[in-house]
Amino acid sequence: MSQPAQSIGRKFDEPRMRREIAFKDWCEVSDAEIHAEVAAAEIRQMAARLVDDGCRLASVFAEDRTTAGSGFFVYYVFEHGQDRRYLVVRAAVPADCPEFPSVAAEIPAVNWQEREIQDWYGLVAEGHPNPRRVALHDNWPHIHPLRKDFPIDTVLAPFEGEQHVYRPTLGEGVFQIPVGPVHAGIIEPGHFNFAVAGEPILYLQLRMFYTHKGIEKRFEQMPVNRAVYLAESISGDSGFSHGTAFCQAIESAAGIEIPVRAKRMRTILLELERLYNHVGDIGAIVNDVGFGVGNAQASRLRELVLAMNEDLCGSRLLRGVVCPGGVRRDWQPQQVHSCGEALTRFEREFTDLMRIVDSSNSTRDRLDHTGILHPGKARDLGIVGVAGRASGVNLDVRRDHPYAAYDEVSFEVPVYQEGDVLRRMRVRVDEVWQSLKIIRAMVATLAPGACSVPVPALPPDSVALGAVEGWRGEILHWIRAGAHGRLERCKIKDPSLNNWPALVEAVQGNIVPDFPVINKSFNLSYSGTDR
Amino acid sequence: MFHIFKKAAQTGLVTIGYPNAPAPISEHFRGAPSFEFAGWKDARPAAEACPTGAITVEDSENLRRVTIDYGLCIYCGQCAEADGSGAVKITREFELAARDRSDLIFTAEYPLEADGCQSALAGLRTGSLERDDSIEPLKRAVRQKIHDLLGHSLAIREVDAGSCNGCEIEIGALTSPVYDLERLGIHFVASPRHADMLLVTGPVTRNMEIALLKTYRATPEPKIVVAVGACGISGGIYGRNYATVGGVDAVIPVDVFIPGCPPRPHALLHGILLALGRMEQRAYAVRSSHLERKQ
Repeated sequence: MSQPAQSIGRKFDEPRMRREIAFKDWCEVSDAEIHAEVAAAEIRQMAARLVDDGCRLASVFAEDRTTAGSGFFVYYVFEHGQDRRYLVVRAAVPADCPEFPSVAAEIPAVNWQEREIQDWYGLVAEGHPNPRRVALHDNWPHIHPLRKDFPIDTVLAPFEGEQHVYRPTLGEGVFQIPVGPVHAGIIEPGHFNFAVAGEPILYLQLRMFYTHKGIEKRFEQMPVNRAVYLAESISGDSGFSHGTAFCQAIESAAGIEIPVRAKRMRTILLELERLYNHVGDIGAIVNDVGFGVGNAQASRLRELVLAMNEDLCGSRLLRGVVCPGGVRRDWQPQQVHSCGEALTRFEREFTDLMRIVDSSNSTRDRLDHTGILHPGKARDLGIVGVAGRASGVNLDVRRDHPYAAYDEVSFEVPVYQEGDVLRRMRVRVDEVWQSLKIIRAMVATLAPGACSVPVPALPPDSVALGAVEGWRGEILHWIRAGAHGRLERCKIKDPSLNNWPALVEAVQGNIVPDFPVINKSFNLSYSGTDR
Repeated sequence: MFHIFKKAAQTGLVTIGYPNAPAPISEHFRGAPSFEFAGWKDARPAAEACPTGAITVEDSENLRRVTIDYGLCIYCGQCAEADGSGAVKITREFELAARDRSDLIFTAEYPLEADGCQSALAGLRTGSLERDDSIEPLKRAVRQKIHDLLGHSLAIREVDAGSCNGCEIEIGALTSPVYDLERLGIHFVASPRHADMLLVTGPVTRNMEIALLKTYRATPEPKIVVAVGACGISGGIYGRNYATVGGVDAVIPVDVFIPGCPPRPHALLHGILLALGRMEQRAYAVRSSHLERKQ
């Protein structure tokens, strides 16, 4: 059922890698990152070779370096559970021939990410099986907003034409149900187009990017110390995780190590973020199958964690705490002590909550075998985080690429094979217990000391990656420093960007009334996806 | 079933009394910054530190104009830390909602000294101090009418017009047993056609502009609109760019603005009740602050 943390080896071995793949450049910049370069023509072969080797293509993104005189680059971030380092490979794409070979046919996980590059940079993903727009809606003019020659404050004329072109759904007795972008609940906007024959869902077409706010463009030319607040606002319920991923990238580019106390404080806060979201989701999942008592108790418990957050950081959603170099404000012993007391109460209450939830057979019956995402599909689609672990994808950045103080504690990573709503809830329940264990260990070892160090100016053009296991899954921030303490580029990969296609798979064959609970069991971030 | 009854009995009442009792909030809560305008010597460090540009300094020949916009503030506390003179303090103030956008903006003017510091405060302005007295009776009559029509039971449709989801988390919390919005006769509905109030978060994105407008048109009259959070008021940290149009009032008329990033549930309650003219009815006295305006 659950597996202990594995020991971490070194999978990316330079001589072997160079023998097998025609890398133009290979540089082990730190014990967390390898930077390499290939010719664009080699991309397909490289990706195929690495994936055969058990690597996962975590992210694909682009960068406009035309102002620096070097055209465009596309970047491929590979990850392997047996190597602590991320492999970041780049390939040059000349401005006068803006094409790069698509790998989406072989690696469906990057379907959306390659199309995003097409929309934002005007680079053509040559050979993409489905090259329609994804990040800009169909009614946007022909612009490429992340190109350097596109001013951020451009005011676009009112859009004309259809916002979305859907695939037709034909057949006797087949209907389409359009839902959104303004939903019935208090959730974020997106459009779902269901094709149904009676109750069962035949096919779901998703249209996201309603909350696209130009965040990646906004990062450019922003001073680093202000950009942290933008990073915290990428996805409201993952503010601390996104902020931490961003700060880790900055710290790595600056070549600094943060104090031990800061690492432990960050670990505590990262786990508190996981706690409040997981317990809220457990309540919301059982609520969506009509078990209101469970939700009432869970939302009360969530308030308990939010109050803890506020007591530690002044903000219920952990805003304004993390900063490059550590954390902004230190804690008094009294704050840590109250946190420990609140945890004890939480533990007792959570035991009661799960006893109530587990005692309801009808709830279990509705969740079991609902919205199944098969492990094979989850692997092919590159599903990460809670949704991945419920479908046999054994990934956890905390264990595989330790950051903050996660290498100081041992914890288990729950993995299930069934891939249904019940298991997505179970993963959360198991993780709540692990989080409590981690926080306890951190509180016990939280010795006095500095909680931040000064961050020197970033060397211009330096690049770095920050990776965090947010409560949803793997968050990546990739930055390039510019001149005068400003950023040249910040790429954000929220786990939701990987996981939306999983929802499409999971709902097929289920009935429309079960859609809310299936959607809730993934609980993906629209804002994190749309940026 | 036994576990459920047992737990319910053990749990007892968890609902807070706010607004008829003070809000139980942590002493560490970071609320609105307060500014000691009279003794402030140099606003530049605070303005420099502000991540959203809520504090701006404009120097002309020998005059400095300092503008504080609570509609842009994200309560990060950086201004107080950067200022260091004690003129900027972080308070636990959260009841900041205002009926007029200009009530959230304070402008202080100082003669400028040779070393770049400010000398004695020459003038302080905010929307409420500049109000046109001739339309005051009309405003009062409108408020009374809103209170008569909607001040008892209210249906709210929430619209996320592009937010990061932070505001939705706090709005969602209002339905939990802790805040229990329904005790005040207020509930969330699934369709704008059933709604009296639109509670809108922002920044309004280009992709949500039409949806927001259609939602507004689908809401039957009489209706009120409340803009939530720094982004709903002004576009917040995202500002206006190729993908956003800024605050909610760039698209539809707004009746009440609730600052915060995100506003805590009590602040949301305060704003909603203010829009209905129900804040005046609360049962306990609130200490006055510089932010409180004459109603």
